[in-house]
Amino acid sequence: MSEQILMKGNEAVAEAAIAAGCRYFFGYPITPQSEILEQLARRLPEVGGAYVQAESEVSAINMVFGAAAAGARVMTASSSPGISLMQEGISYIASAELPAVIVNIMRGAPGLGGIHPSQADYFQSVKGGGHGDYKLIVLAPSSVQELIDHTILAFEMAEAYRTPVVIFGDAMMGQMMEPVVIPDIEPLPPNRPWATTGMEGRGPNIVHTLYLPADKLENHCNRLFAKYSEIEHNEKRSVGYLTEDAEILVVAYGIMSRVARAAVEMARDDGIKVGMFRPVTLWPFPDNALQAAARNARVVIAAEISMGQMIEDVRLALGNRVPVVLFNRIGLVPNPDEIYAAIKSKAREVNANG
Amino acid sequence: MAKKGYMRPPTLLQKPWHFCPGCNHGIAHRLVAEVIDEMGLQNQTVGVGSVGCGVFSYEYFNFDGIGPSHGRSPAVATGVKRVLPDRLVFTYQGDGDLAAIGTTEMVHCAVRGENITIIFINNTLYGMTGGQMAPTTLMGQVTTTSPRGRGREQGLPFRVCEMLATAEGAAYVARVALFNPAQVNRAKKAIRRAFETQMAGLGFSMVEMLSACPTNWGLSPLEALKYVEEKMVPTYPLGEFKVPEGVK
Repeated sequence: MSEQILMKGNEAVAEAAIAAGCRYFFGYPITPQSEILEQLARRLPEVGGAYVQAESEVSAINMVFGAAAAGARVMTASSSPGISLMQEGISYIASAELPAVIVNIMRGAPGLGGIHPSQADYFQSVKGGGHGDYKLIVLAPSSVQELIDHTILAFEMAEAYRTPVVIFGDAMMGQMMEPVVIPDIEPLPPNRPWATTGMEGRGPNIVHTLYLPADKLENHCNRLFAKYSEIEHNEKRSVGYLTEDAEILVVAYGIMSRVARAAVEMARDDGIKVGMFRPVTLWPFPDNALQAAARNARVVIAAEISMGQMIEDVRLALGNRVPVVLFNRIGLVPNPDEIYAAIKSKAREVNANG
Repeated sequence: MAKKGYMRPPTLLQKPWHFCPGCNHGIAHRLVAEVIDEMGLQNQTVGVGSVGCGVFSYEYFNFDGIGPSHGRSPAVATGVKRVLPDRLVFTYQGDGDLAAIGTTEMVHCAVRGENITIIFINNTLYGMTGGQMAPTTLMGQVTTTSPRGRGREQGLPFRVCEMLATAEGAAYVARVALFNPAQVNRAKKAIRRAFETQMAGLGFSMVEMLSACPTNWGLSPLEALKYVEEKMVPTYPLGEFKVPEGVK
């Protein structure tokens, strides 16, 4: 079905997973992502797959572990508190090098927080979350169409690197409707000679994460991080907008990049030299591209729906060369006016300083 | 005619056990392997281990194996079985793993009637971590975390089979012991019935095995077997709690 249709973000994720060849989904209801479950509960049996409603997110992620080990293309989805419960399982999936896709339709936090849009799980997924040394590929789509495209991309990356991939949405992206096209692709069936499917003609396959001898654990971690280096080399993705002459650079991802872009356009109408940089992969963080986009910047504004998390990676990428300030709101997606006002205020400072 | 010998089942790899002398885990592993060989399922089996003394089960069995996190084996087995419904999928879990941290996963696996088997080794404590109290510890039993003997304020022994037998999704539930050859034979029959239940697609099955832990009980291997018979069985009565029509 390659025609354009109007679709809600959560339903789009579900349909994209099916298009990508995912046939198994394990999840637990939580607002604002429940439509992903509902859509897949309806659709997966139609395409020869299975939907299992787990008794908790702890169980859901471990069902994902089992299905991935058994060779299946598999996904789970949740929202912030549920993703917290999955952290143990995610550490095991990363260590066991199992391909899996995890969707986080982020909501307000900490604690039970709220059901509003949020970007406050950046540290959790980008910097760790579970125990031990591992990395997750984290994709940050900014539209319903990108939710689809990134879901398909996530399955490809998970398969190619044998690693879990996280897709960041938020309450607004999960719930909003936009016109989309679900690409008509024919994904190859998973090719996993290492999977635990029953021996038949080979020796035993073992999927595990225990390395009791210290040297074996060290080798395992070194091997994982060689793979992560390869991902860093190949997969950094970003989008720049009017960055060439930008003296003010707004850095934002996901839904905030949509708002930031509108604010940049408003400020450009005032003659302010402002641009926007949008990380598409949060890990690996597109640091080189950000350095290039910020080469003429005199101030950088990190715009987030959190108390400031991505801003740490922005500062790591840019060092002391340019001041990096935070624009943030909690519990809502701001209007473009608010970021526009922040840009105007910074423009006055930049001009006053000559 | 060749005499019937005491041979290693082909599905058990030739490796020295890491288990303590007198531990019943080795017998339990062997029984599982014998049943799988007798049913001709070596190439169709996916074993799901656990954390605790059963953590190395995949090192001993000659079939595909998974090492999951503590207590989550029934959820992992669910994922495997949904993808590979024609395979024999079982978990091998101790009482710390199953009856404490993994209670949720175990109960809901049975409630869903998930078509897998749990082999549950009950030795009344956490063996691998040094003999701490478990939900299955007997009243009055001294462990490293019930140094004055388990008292009322530390709860009461958890009878897993009795509870799971109330789940409609549970098809076969049995408790067996390994303290003498007759009991070992009964245990093997129970494993066979559990696996037959699964291969017939009849639903969830569990075999609990009362198992000796001489090291953490501070007893000799023979004393430990006697302890199972005299102390454990009165709290954990043996028998089949649920048997489906198809495997009677």
